[in-house]
Amino acid sequence: MVILASAICSLGVLQIFSATHDTAWAGAWWKQVVWILAGFIAMWFATLIDYDTLLGQIPILYSLSVATLIGTFAFGMTAFHSRRWIGTTSLHLQVSEFVKLVIVLLVARYMTELKTEQLELPDLLKLGGLVGLPMALVMLQPDLGTALTYLPILAAGVFVAGLRWQYAVAILVIVALVMPVGYFFVLKDYQKARLVSFLDANQDPKGSGYQVIQSKIAVGSGALWGRGVTKGTQTQGRFLPVPHKDFIFSAFAEEHGFVGVIVVLGLYFLLLMQIVQNAQTAPDRAGMYICMGIATVLLFHVLVNVGMVVGRMPVTGIPLPLMSYGGSNILAAFLMLGLVNNVRLRRFVN
Amino acid sequence: MFNREEKLPAIRLAVIQYAIAAIMVVLVLGLWRLQVVGGQNYHALAEANRIRKVPILAPRGKLFDRDNRLIVDNYPSVSCFLVREQGHDIASDLPLISRGLHMSVDQIDAILKRYRTAPKYQPLPLKQDITPDEVEFIEAHKDELPELETIQEQRRLYPKDGFAAHLIGYVGEVSEEMLNDPHYAVYEPGDVVGRSGVEASYDAVLRGDDGSQDVVVDSHGREVGKLGTEPAKPGQSLRLTIDLDIQRAAENALGDRNGAVIAIDPHTGEVLALVSRPWFDPNAFAVRISRDDWNKYVTDPEDPLMDKAIQAQLAPGSTFKIIMSLAGLEEGVAQDMNVHCAGGVNLFGTYQRCWVHGGHGAVNINKAIYQSCDVFFYTLAARLGIDKIAFWAHKVGLGFKTGIDLPDEVSGTMPSAEWKMKNFHQKWYPGEVTSVGIGQGAVAATPVQMVRAIAGIASGGALKRPHVIFPDEIPADYRQSILDNFPGSGDVNFPIAPADWEMITDSMAEVTLPIGTDPSAHLEGIDFAGKTGSAQTMSNALAAKMGHAHSVKDNAWFVGFAPRDNPEIVVAALWENGEEGPWVAPIVRDVLKAYFDKKVRLGEPRPQIAGIPRLLTPTAASEPANP
Repeated sequence: MVILASAICSLGVLQIFSATHDTAWAGAWWKQVVWILAGFIAMWFATLIDYDTLLGQIPILYSLSVATLIGTFAFGMTAFHSRRWIGTTSLHLQVSEFVKLVIVLLVARYMTELKTEQLELPDLLKLGGLVGLPMALVMLQPDLGTALTYLPILAAGVFVAGLRWQYAVAILVIVALVMPVGYFFVLKDYQKARLVSFLDANQDPKGSGYQVIQSKIAVGSGALWGRGVTKGTQTQGRFLPVPHKDFIFSAFAEEHGFVGVIVVLGLYFLLLMQIVQNAQTAPDRAGMYICMGIATVLLFHVLVNVGMVVGRMPVTGIPLPLMSYGGSNILAAFLMLGLVNNVRLRRFVN
Repeated sequence: MFNREEKLPAIRLAVIQYAIAAIMVVLVLGLWRLQVVGGQNYHALAEANRIRKVPILAPRGKLFDRDNRLIVDNYPSVSCFLVREQGHDIASDLPLISRGLHMSVDQIDAILKRYRTAPKYQPLPLKQDITPDEVEFIEAHKDELPELETIQEQRRLYPKDGFAAHLIGYVGEVSEEMLNDPHYAVYEPGDVVGRSGVEASYDAVLRGDDGSQDVVVDSHGREVGKLGTEPAKPGQSLRLTIDLDIQRAAENALGDRNGAVIAIDPHTGEVLALVSRPWFDPNAFAVRISRDDWNKYVTDPEDPLMDKAIQAQLAPGSTFKIIMSLAGLEEGVAQDMNVHCAGGVNLFGTYQRCWVHGGHGAVNINKAIYQSCDVFFYTLAARLGIDKIAFWAHKVGLGFKTGIDLPDEVSGTMPSAEWKMKNFHQKWYPGEVTSVGIGQGAVAATPVQMVRAIAGIASGGALKRPHVIFPDEIPADYRQSILDNFPGSGDVNFPIAPADWEMITDSMAEVTLPIGTDPSAHLEGIDFAGKTGSAQTMSNALAAKMGHAHSVKDNAWFVGFAPRDNPEIVVAALWENGEEGPWVAPIVRDVLKAYFDKKVRLGEPRPQIAGIPRLLTPTAASEPANP
């Protein structure tokens, strides 16, 4: 698992270097390497502490998360017109990324404590409320993308725990009803524009659809073998928005082609399969929930990010785990892998 | 605390495994479609994304006079374009653009509105010929205003005060109609094209070929590198047949009077000077002409854009009597014709008056020319009949375009029985011929027609196609297209009996031989032959009926050449509504004087006087033009 993660990270560093080597971000790849090293240390720590202990501390961690989110909202730095980071200018951390971990643990503990075989409605509502609070706070930042990543954790937990199909239908109906309301009352204009442009990218090729069109051109022009490192015209010509962050996959696809893309997706697939395998061998339900939560959240990231760069998903600003440039992204991913490792190492306990 | 024995159904984990695999497969399929199936397409799109063709505009050829003196030059200029595609929020940028480019927001809005339907990537011409300050503004705001682009171009610099404006013409943006015309297939919208004068008729030579540069740009339109360059081929510079000295003399001589002057070399048809009034400023067109200026030009009743030398078709009046004399002499009718002018004559049942109410007494062809006796020419016209007159008038090119290499020449009118039947479906009434005899009635001629006709008669029947560019200095393939594009009577030879042209030219010389009494004394030692003319803008009868015979001014003409024998320069001058002012003859005299002064200055021998005219009539030239 560490080898797979390292491989993905290396490709990420290579692509960050290629995408930024002659821009203002030129040193980014080096910073990324430092973050990855920090990530390994974080992973080691996350492995050390027995996850049972962590689960026991959930009430404190959860309260702390909510408090920090409120704090971020109140005092956090404003970057790109939204308050997502906390810290100084040289080192800022995206709190919401780490809240993901807390949610994973929260869901795991909640589900484990349930006595029934199937999830009952009051329990479901209670859990929904617990997850919903930080989600709402993140949405208010506003960071819809990250907020949405909390949902698959909940969904995976609920699915694995087992849910009556009547509830499942009811939830789908409620979501269907809430969506139009959300579109008109919750979403900001730029978010609406992103959704519209997702549905029809050519409607406004220089506005919101621009990123999607440029990204598709980048990915498409990579063809089978790619254009070579630092040879991607879309990436080097800065047609791609943030080619070292959210659109790193486009840049990679342009410069390494379909073959390179298969390799990367293969690596992710193996990584996810390993995590799921760890869920199967987990010593208890809690460990399994943790692994499944992490697997789904990583899968969600890959799906939404890759889907976005190939024009199948709206632009949400969700990074590609382990590859995209950014300390929070790297640290959070490694912490998650650390948790999985944690569960793995304790599979022979008892 | 937790029960580690409890396990969950493995089936659910397997479902999630399959879900992961399915999602991966979907992603791979999407990428396959994009990269492998659509690779070619997207590759082309990516190339188009980063390469932009930037035109390199070819400088237009310059214009020189016949002595290689510069008349029309180019100067480097910068124009500003707006590319909507490159802007983020143009509406909110407008105040800044407005301040930087010194244009009102309304002006910019109007431009945006005008090009509303144009594709977003098409650069819209915002402001031409911008100042260095404005260039600096655009450079300094490259990041805030990525939609602004500048382009270097060469712009026309024309002489001031409309000097030779009608001859040179002007350039302007190619119009919508022109773009639809296959003749102008090479042009793109926004291209500069010759719109009148030499600029238009020789546009293909002057234009050159625009080059282009492939520039690699990033998504902000910023240049990051250059690829291949196809250099521009500059337009060919042209030497006009115009002589600056003579042109200047003609400009000054005509002054602010409405009309035209044209001078040609009768041996070749080379135009030495061409002036039309009122004038316009071609420089106003070189930079995009403002709506106000344009409206001023097109609504002006005097029509300053009209080149009267080739477009004013007016009754030639008594200058036509030269052509009548040619017809009369060549037909053998005029030689022995003697008429008694008593101030009028009864012909075809009406009494036709001569301009000298007291009459000229006994008049032969010689006296008829220098005294411009109407009665003689009424009688001659009646004897010849319209078809013989039309035959000779057509021979010297009346009723046809001359084929001068300038756009939009008109053909004038030379009436005949056939002409009347064709245009009015009426029989020719013989009584109509008398007014034709004195260059009135339906006869209409342009100054260029008159100057060619007189030049042809003065050189014994060799008529040349007037032209303003030396044909052997333009590419051979273009020479023929000039002839095809400007059809006309061209070069014609019909030897006139020497006795006849001697009679005509001698009599014309007597018109201008009032030595010592006239300002034309400046031309002492030079045979200056000419003929006055003045044509009513409406018939005497109609004017009398309307009761303001004296308020209607006539058009005054003068055609002249020198020397009388083997003439070197022929000049026609037209002064519209100028009958009550001073003569037109001094205008022609000034032009001739400039020509001969220059010869003397250059040390060439003064041309010899061919011979003493048989009759010296000092009063001839001092009498006023024939009304």
